[in-house]
Amino acid sequence: MSNKQQLDYLDELEAEAIYILREVAGQFEKPALLFSGGKDSITLVRLAEKAFRPGKFPFPLVHIDTGHNFVETIEYRDAMINRIGEKLIVGYVQDDIDQGKVVEQKGKNASRNALQTVTLLNTIAKHQFDACIGGARRDEEKARAKERIFSVRDEFGQWDPKRQRPELWNIYNGKIHKGENVRVFPISNWTELDVWNYIRREKIELPSIYFAHERDVITRNGQLMAASPFLNMDDEDVIERRNVRFRTVGDMTCTAAVESYAFEIDNIIDEISASKISERGARMDDKVSEAAMEDRKKGGYF
Amino acid sequence: MDILKFLTAGSVDDGKSTLIGRLLYDSEAILADQLEALHASNRKNDDGSIDLAILTDGLKAEREQGITIDVAYKYFQTEKRKFIIADTPGHIQYTRNMVTGASNAGLAIILIDARKGVIEQTIRHSFLVSLLGLPQVVVCVNKMDMVDFSQEIFDKIVKDYKVLVDKVGLKNVTYIPVSALKGDNIVHESANMGWYRGSSLLPYLETVEIPKDNSSEHARFPVQWIIRPQTEELHDYRGYAGRVSSGSFRVNDKITVLPSGFNSTISKIELLDIEPEAAIAGMSVTVHLKDEIDISRGDILVNAHNQPEVSKQIEADLCWMDTRALDTTHTYFLQHNSKVTRCRIQEILYKVNINTLEKDFDEDFRLNDIGRIIIKTADPLAYDLYQNNKANGGAILIDSRTNVTVGALMFRANVE
Repeated sequence: MSNKQQLDYLDELEAEAIYILREVAGQFEKPALLFSGGKDSITLVRLAEKAFRPGKFPFPLVHIDTGHNFVETIEYRDAMINRIGEKLIVGYVQDDIDQGKVVEQKGKNASRNALQTVTLLNTIAKHQFDACIGGARRDEEKARAKERIFSVRDEFGQWDPKRQRPELWNIYNGKIHKGENVRVFPISNWTELDVWNYIRREKIELPSIYFAHERDVITRNGQLMAASPFLNMDDEDVIERRNVRFRTVGDMTCTAAVESYAFEIDNIIDEISASKISERGARMDDKVSEAAMEDRKKGGYF
Repeated sequence: MDILKFLTAGSVDDGKSTLIGRLLYDSEAILADQLEALHASNRKNDDGSIDLAILTDGLKAEREQGITIDVAYKYFQTEKRKFIIADTPGHIQYTRNMVTGASNAGLAIILIDARKGVIEQTIRHSFLVSLLGLPQVVVCVNKMDMVDFSQEIFDKIVKDYKVLVDKVGLKNVTYIPVSALKGDNIVHESANMGWYRGSSLLPYLETVEIPKDNSSEHARFPVQWIIRPQTEELHDYRGYAGRVSSGSFRVNDKITVLPSGFNSTISKIELLDIEPEAAIAGMSVTVHLKDEIDISRGDILVNAHNQPEVSKQIEADLCWMDTRALDTTHTYFLQHNSKVTRCRIQEILYKVNINTLEKDFDEDFRLNDIGRIIIKTADPLAYDLYQNNKANGGAILIDSRTNVTVGALMFRANVE
């Protein structure tokens, strides 16, 4: 991009995200970057390198670990931290379960996805983070489509959709009272396809589960779930060996796979371009009701 | 491929959300599971067809009341362009949300109900679009199916609107007769309006040019962050991180740092491992200078030969966005680019009745009021007039008691 006369759409999205990250650095005392090991937060790390190198990141990375991880995600996370030389803080859902702060769900569709909100809020309180950067995008879901880039949460982590601050031009108001914090979404305006095109352009490495591989799966509610010790299975569940990949990386108990032969990033981009199912369509947690995401966000979820 | 951000404005029943739904539906930007949820919903049109407005009404309260409360952003792309739609509420009590949506848009679609013609809300929306300085406007005369696709009715509305165009000072207005409900002239050409020679909405949006200011004039670079690694091998490294808000900078350009007024020369521009010769409007980069000068967040680098005004007193348009009225005795925060300073509203010159466009001289400045004021700041601001350079001519007001954004300012004139 040595001598551009006009910015390409990926340049524009990148520049906006870098601008937002630098606003976080300039406006907050104790920010953090929430890192899930998914492609969106991996993209954020790349953008942070562009925003702050050769300096250090002005924030640590924070991972909320449900304990139900894909092995590949954790291996990727540790290798990446090693490469970039930044600080990682891990909040364990297991700790909150052990201390009785949350109770594990029961039954066949039990998941720790809902529990991680508590661990997230505890981690924020413990380290007194005043801003948490996340990789959520507005195209993922209807409630997210309405959320500001700087989204203020009260001391209980709650989002109040009716009292959002006006957000004008590219001026972000990060002023808060003690105990409140701001969730910041630098890639709000990116679509799933934009993220993939950016990953290809920047040659960013991803955890291997994003690419097609053979895996034992079971079919549940019309979706392919990875067979794992974390999934409560019974006699009705039939394990099959299929060629699959994952479009999002979350808790193993609520992230469904799609049948795929996309072994390279080019195949994935072709597959998404032609796809008829949205990304969060493979998330069991959004299927509960039409307002599932809005309700969880009001409760402190990202 | 580039990005076009546009907003849609119309009153409560103009079919705004339906129009966006139609754009997404007919351009096949809706995915199967969203479509499934759409068909599964209980909300249907009178003739039993699916209600496309559901696609944009994201909050529970909005679905319950069948109205749009907050700005919803929607994304779609065609082979020619990427689009970001800000679907803004039409109701007067949500004027502030429309202003939010308009502040980032390059184009506005104003909807007019063919049965009602130009009404009070049309005037208000057009005034706001003009106030925020949007370079392009498309007037969609909607519900043409309910007036038998009459050319006469369309022509009359165009004629009425042109009077308004002169009054509020809009530029580049295009008129399209449409039916969002039936799909006429949205993505596909209408079979019912052979008399209309112009383009349908989507092909128009795909090709319309939005002027961008990339000249070296108005070169502005607000500093957000100083990069100082302070390691052994990078002991003297000092980079100014920010985004070019307007114009462009090149290596060896003479620059001035404001408000201090120090001069220097750009020695290097970089972004991670790339060192471009030039940085144009919109680019986030790190700039290095030949001289060591004291620069911090909130300062702005500008072209030495084309400098903005520097002052503590400015005449500005103010849009008030808080339920608590403006208090001229209270000290607010003003945020302009990366600069935050204390300020006071020194004088209210007038308010505008946004339904009639008449000037009003009452003293109260309440939620959704718009008018002209004089602001006084604690620290000097390096600003341009909004009409000359939007990127460096707008600011927000923050209430120091609540930390909430309470006003939008557009700088309009220098105070002698």
